[in-house]
Amino acid sequence: MRETVLRVGFMPLIDAAIPLAAAAKGFDARRGLRLDLVRETSWANIRDRLAIGHFDAAHLLAPMPVAAALGLTTPATPLIAPMALGLGGNAVSVSGALWARMRQGAPQARVGDPREMGAALAKVATTRRLAFGVVHPFSAHNYELRYWLAACGVDPDRDVDIVVVPPPFMPEALRIGRIDGFCVGEPWSSVAAATADGRVILTKNAIWRSSPEKVLGLRADWADAHPDLVTRLIDALIDAALWCGEPANRAELAAILAAPEAIGAPAAQIAPALEGRLRLADGALLDDADFLVFARGAANFPWKSHAAWFARQMARWGQTTATPEDLARAADCYRPDLYRAACRARGLDAPAIDERPDAAEPVRVAGLAGPLDLPAGGLFDVVRRVS
Amino acid sequence: MPASDLSILVLDEDRIRAAIIREGLIEAGHARVTLVAEVQGLARRIEEINPDVIVIDIRDPNRDHIEHLFQLSRAARRPVAMFVDQSDAGMMEAAIDAGVSAYVVDGLRKDRVKAILDMAVARFNAYAALRNELEEARQALADRKALDRAKAILMRARGLGEDEAHHLIRRTAMRENRRMSDVARSIVTAADIILGES
Repeated sequence: MRETVLRVGFMPLIDAAIPLAAAAKGFDARRGLRLDLVRETSWANIRDRLAIGHFDAAHLLAPMPVAAALGLTTPATPLIAPMALGLGGNAVSVSGALWARMRQGAPQARVGDPREMGAALAKVATTRRLAFGVVHPFSAHNYELRYWLAACGVDPDRDVDIVVVPPPFMPEALRIGRIDGFCVGEPWSSVAAATADGRVILTKNAIWRSSPEKVLGLRADWADAHPDLVTRLIDALIDAALWCGEPANRAELAAILAAPEAIGAPAAQIAPALEGRLRLADGALLDDADFLVFARGAANFPWKSHAAWFARQMARWGQTTATPEDLARAADCYRPDLYRAACRARGLDAPAIDERPDAAEPVRVAGLAGPLDLPAGGLFDVVRRVS
Repeated sequence: MPASDLSILVLDEDRIRAAIIREGLIEAGHARVTLVAEVQGLARRIEEINPDVIVIDIRDPNRDHIEHLFQLSRAARRPVAMFVDQSDAGMMEAAIDAGVSAYVVDGLRKDRVKAILDMAVARFNAYAALRNELEEARQALADRKALDRAKAILMRARGLGEDEAHHLIRRTAMRENRRMSDVARSIVTAADIILGES
């Protein structure tokens, strides 16, 4: 079989691991593909170059296809997400100075607890206007940061400034005081901890357990025209996801990610995210095996309920005035049918439903091969109310 | 609206390139061209300048920042990314190859924007060529210096004349299939280490 070359854009982040590993470990070649990975400097470039056909596929912010479906971005090329590239992987960090003030005002507040960290932050926010960095207006970072702040009584539009900073620039922006904190994917919190006195106060998983972050992005028309390539690409990425999720492969994965053409950061700053052991603000080590999940618990399934949540956040924060019907329709850019078809063809299990029940406890759902167990999910304040 | 009425913002951390682009735009009759090199305070600057067209290096990571600023302004003037205008594939390719991206206010006539973008692309390319030439000249000068030093070392260490030293380096380079300047650098490095020369 002759190899088909697919150009894939990515940003230097640990959650680009699945496509990077697919190319580095030859999972692409096994499916008759060669992934030509192109590192990009901005999400806008990735989205645009995917939309105009410079890229065949991309490591994409999970809300981006939804934003395209709602006509919020130009070009208005329809994009689809037939697969998720893992769950979790972000952290909220603050500067050493802000951490000291939070500590002063709330000495008992526990690091990693969204309510208590939120309350500590809210106290400081009444005395000083704080600025927080997120990576893009249409990013899970933006929505989870806003959701958390709002739930803790801090209006993300009125009480703080939310600015956009590209991921690799976050540590420097924190160091020079342009921002007081940020929500970003790894390794940039670990890099900030090592180089800019960044203090990790919260993980994405603490705000919303088992939540979506990046997806495989394709042009809808390209996917329609190349169903066989789509299946092979999903197959190669599933193989890579399973490999990335295997703890025995962590050291090798860290080396692949650390390479200058991948992320270009020391392996020592990449390992914490892979192990779920980030250094926290108070010096303790995070102990969360689910900090970043590559494969297990249907981590690659593109849940329509995730797309719908992003669409609702876009409406909540004034990015769109679309009707509830249009918001619901926008979720159709997530294509669990394509992912499921690829799984069925190779005898892998996958959810048989499109909406994830976000329960505070592990939940059993219908799968292709009978009942399928999913880990706990849910937003922190919703979970609290249920329990 | 005559050409000169358009407000153009060139956002480029490379001040020399930005100046070259501005010069081209002014020559083409655009009087209102503003250069901005710093992302700090960009929101306020964009508000003041109220540009019809923003030209920015495609490799500039600040593109994400700019898109956010557009959202904040909530103005009816909705900027769109121009190089993604698919109506002119050739221009799009040229812009991406050159590394130019541009935002223009929706509704601006395409031919007018095209002229600006073509200009930016041409200037970007000219600047890249200039930089390459400069780099080559620098490299040639460095090669020349290494060769001179290596010859001097050989002349002293082995009592050779300048021509003989030159030929020795040349023969070695041919035999080892290396560039003369690389052989010269090896000699200089070796002399530094062995003879303590510097």
